[in-house]
Amino acid sequence: MNFSEVFKLSSLLCKFSPDGKYLLRITVWSLCTKSVSYIKYPKACQQGITFTRDGRYLALAERRDCKDYVSILVCSDWQLLRHFDTDTQDLAGIEWAPNGCVLAAWDSCLEYKILLYSLDGRLLSAFCAYEWSLGIKSVAWSPSSQFLAVGSYDGKVRILNHVTWKMITEFGHPATINNPKIVVYKEAEKSPPLVLGRLTFPPPRAAAGPLSSTESEYEVASVPVSLQTLKPAADRANPRIGIGALAFSPDNCFLATRSDSVPTAVWIWDIQKLRLLAVLEQLSAVRCFQWDPRQARLAICTGGGKVYLWSPAGCVSVQVPGEGDFQVLSVCWHLSGDSLALLSKDHFCLCFLETEQGVGTAFGQRGDHT
Amino acid sequence: MGDWMTVTDPGLSSESKYISQYTSETKMSPSSLYSQQVLCSSIPLSKNVHSFFSAFCTEENIEQSISYLDQELTTFGFPSLYEESKGKETKRELNIVAVLNCMNELLVLQRKNLLAQENVETQNLKLGSDMDHLQNCYAKLKEQLETSRREMIGLQERDRQLQCKNRNLHQLLKNEKDEVQKLQNIIASRATQYNHDMKRKEREYNKLKERLHQLVMNKKDKKIAMEVLNYVGRADGKRGSWRTGKTEASFFLRNEDEMYKILLNDYEYRQKQILMENAELKKVLQQMKKEMISLLSPQKQKPRERADDSTGTVISDIEEDAGELSRESTWDLSCETVREQLTNSIRKQWRILKSHVEKLDNQVSKVHLEGFNDEDVISRQDHEQETEKLELEIQQCKEMIKTQQQLLQQLATACDDDTTSLLRDCYLLEEKERLKEEWSLFKEQKKNFEKERRSFTEAAIRLGLERKAFEEERASWLKQQFLNMTTFDHQNSENLKLFSAFSGSSDRDNPTVHSRPRQKKPHGAPSGSPVCTSKLTKSLPASPSTSDFCQTRSCVSEYSSSISVLNTTPEESKPNQVGRECTNQKWSVASRPDSQEGCCSGCSSTHADAHIEKDDLP
Repeated sequence: MNFSEVFKLSSLLCKFSPDGKYLLRITVWSLCTKSVSYIKYPKACQQGITFTRDGRYLALAERRDCKDYVSILVCSDWQLLRHFDTDTQDLAGIEWAPNGCVLAAWDSCLEYKILLYSLDGRLLSAFCAYEWSLGIKSVAWSPSSQFLAVGSYDGKVRILNHVTWKMITEFGHPATINNPKIVVYKEAEKSPPLVLGRLTFPPPRAAAGPLSSTESEYEVASVPVSLQTLKPAADRANPRIGIGALAFSPDNCFLATRSDSVPTAVWIWDIQKLRLLAVLEQLSAVRCFQWDPRQARLAICTGGGKVYLWSPAGCVSVQVPGEGDFQVLSVCWHLSGDSLALLSKDHFCLCFLETEQGVGTAFGQRGDHT
Repeated sequence: MGDWMTVTDPGLSSESKYISQYTSETKMSPSSLYSQQVLCSSIPLSKNVHSFFSAFCTEENIEQSISYLDQELTTFGFPSLYEESKGKETKRELNIVAVLNCMNELLVLQRKNLLAQENVETQNLKLGSDMDHLQNCYAKLKEQLETSRREMIGLQERDRQLQCKNRNLHQLLKNEKDEVQKLQNIIASRATQYNHDMKRKEREYNKLKERLHQLVMNKKDKKIAMEVLNYVGRADGKRGSWRTGKTEASFFLRNEDEMYKILLNDYEYRQKQILMENAELKKVLQQMKKEMISLLSPQKQKPRERADDSTGTVISDIEEDAGELSRESTWDLSCETVREQLTNSIRKQWRILKSHVEKLDNQVSKVHLEGFNDEDVISRQDHEQETEKLELEIQQCKEMIKTQQQLLQQLATACDDDTTSLLRDCYLLEEKERLKEEWSLFKEQKKNFEKERRSFTEAAIRLGLERKAFEEERASWLKQQFLNMTTFDHQNSENLKLFSAFSGSSDRDNPTVHSRPRQKKPHGAPSGSPVCTSKLTKSLPASPSTSDFCQTRSCVSEYSSSISVLNTTPEESKPNQVGRECTNQKWSVASRPDSQEGCCSGCSSTHADAHIEKDDLP
């Protein structure tokens, strides 16, 4: 068992540990040697700690005296490799590129700034799309490290390339889609078949529970399509606008985004052609989506009793079987791509995806799953 | 002058009354009278003029009128009517010549004046119409001017308004921009203020936290910490410190080394990728260049009229590029110079290709617009004309074919098979009959010819026989003569003469004798006849004695009869021949022994005819 990998998992847990937060230090637990190590002054930001994919290095965001610093530590012996400050007002997050050589660090939403550092701490490039408006909301690296997708509060995703670190394109998320080349999948309810002689008073529970037990299917809507938009409260903090979630498919071909002003839609972009490929409009707001680690298959959940799968071939909505309401709050793929874990508040469900037949499920208690 | 007495014509009573009325009232001076006369003259001349003109001068007041006229004329510059006075107080004679001249002058003047009056009147009319026209134009133009002025004013007004609007909008825009700038400045200042405040607060917060922790740690009775389940404790119950080896330099260096290795690996990998991409792109470019060259070179081989300098450059380019290609292939490295060369050559080729395509486009458009005729290019108009012609021709041919078909159909369907066969037979019959006729003719002619030949041969035979007989007779006769002559000596010399005469020219002594034997000419074989005739002539003793002549005559008559017999045979054999009648006549002439010449001529003519006819018959 690779020590660092295990440690990665363990330290991820530590991230949220009250211990670390309380004491303002990160405790690194070694499970093998049963020893502890502390890291001071971690930053309690959204994504202040990030491991490289191979688990060799750890980048840690720190803040001391109102300045942000990044420490790069070697995971093998927890040596401090580099320590440098970032030119940010309030470092919001850092993320390693999948090849482990570049570290992206971005500022809080008050300023649009993303900095790129190489492994040895040199600043490679800084990117700023605009000033004064709310800035970066989400960041995602493409698996080949070729592209860096930056989603911002203006509802656009900007793609930077790894050679020049300049923007190659930006994707907008308009509320109406006019291009006939784009496929728009609309989730529509399938009306339950009326069973005569079973009409009882009061009306059955199916009507009460909104979508939990009714079937739904996808329909291909014809352009032009106008999507449901949400008007954000202008005078409140953390408005529901901007690109809330970004994810690249493992084969580098697709990018899935969610615009918070159109919370029910998932936008899928073709990276090879740099254009919008498909839009999935759900009946309720999309909570979470994740790509299959092995292939271009996206699992989406909206907090209802269904899980939705999209692939370039099409999309399907799967009802999670079970008693009562099973509200899928998040999804998690298995590394092999064969199974999918659907997590609700206190239960989880494992789906097995078979190539020909449907989906098999297995239930389990969520329990101490955090 | 005194009162004018009117002299009225008996035939013109009414008019004269008027005139007389008019003139009787006047007792005025000549000048006023003259003007009245002019007024009178303006009255239409259809009324009797003579009575009018006679009002001025009557028989009684000639002298007065003459003197008056003389006065008037002299005042007008005409010469005097009177003759030159010889002396004072003598009565001046009227110069008729002068009077006539004056009259003529006056007439001429009158005509001129009338002409001038006409001209003036026409001019007046013209000017009047021109005036009207100009006035109309003027009025129209005035109106137009008014309207255009009004329009202009309106447009000016609008322009002014729009300019005002424009200025307002500009002003608004400027204001907005200023506001934006102001707001941005405000935001910037606020942001700095905010950051400053945030930092301050953060520091405060940290300090407070530290203090809190200190305080909390001091009073740390209960550990509000994680409940550690399954405590993996050490032997001594303490947490072992994890030696992270910070202080050891070797570790540090090793880490550094590893880090740099990783970085370098990554860079190398990326560079490899980029190089591969570069190589591929270069290959693609080279291929493109080659293809472009191959595209352009066959075009330039054709000597086009519009080939300009680019051809020369292309050829040189091709040569250059060939060399370059060979060079470039060996240099796969991305040297600056090689790269530049490649890109430059690609650019050149592309430019040439573009210009070529543009030229082609221009050519096409020229052909469309101007109908330009090049060697290879046929202008559209000509093409269209040709196609029209061809279409017309096709139409005509089609029509012809149709009509022909119709006719054929008519022919085919109008008559039945029987009738057609009948018709065919009719045609054939006609032809057959014609042929038959011709055949019969031919046969008859053949027969005739055969008959003639036979008759000729018979005649020839007979002639021969007769000749023989004649010769024998002659011989016997000569003998007799000789015998007789021997009794009379003085006849010898005559005989000798005769002989010599006969032997010599036969024409001298006896033309009739000659004519006789000449008859025999045609009846032998046409070619051999003169020989017999000469013989005959020889055999004929040309003695002027009538007895001999009679004898010979009798012979001749015999012959002539035989001749006539001979000659009739061809007559009979050819009844159908045209022109036979004349020969018949001639022959009838020939049957009379008297007119031997006619016979001869007839013979010759028939012979000639026979010749001709023989020739005619096929």
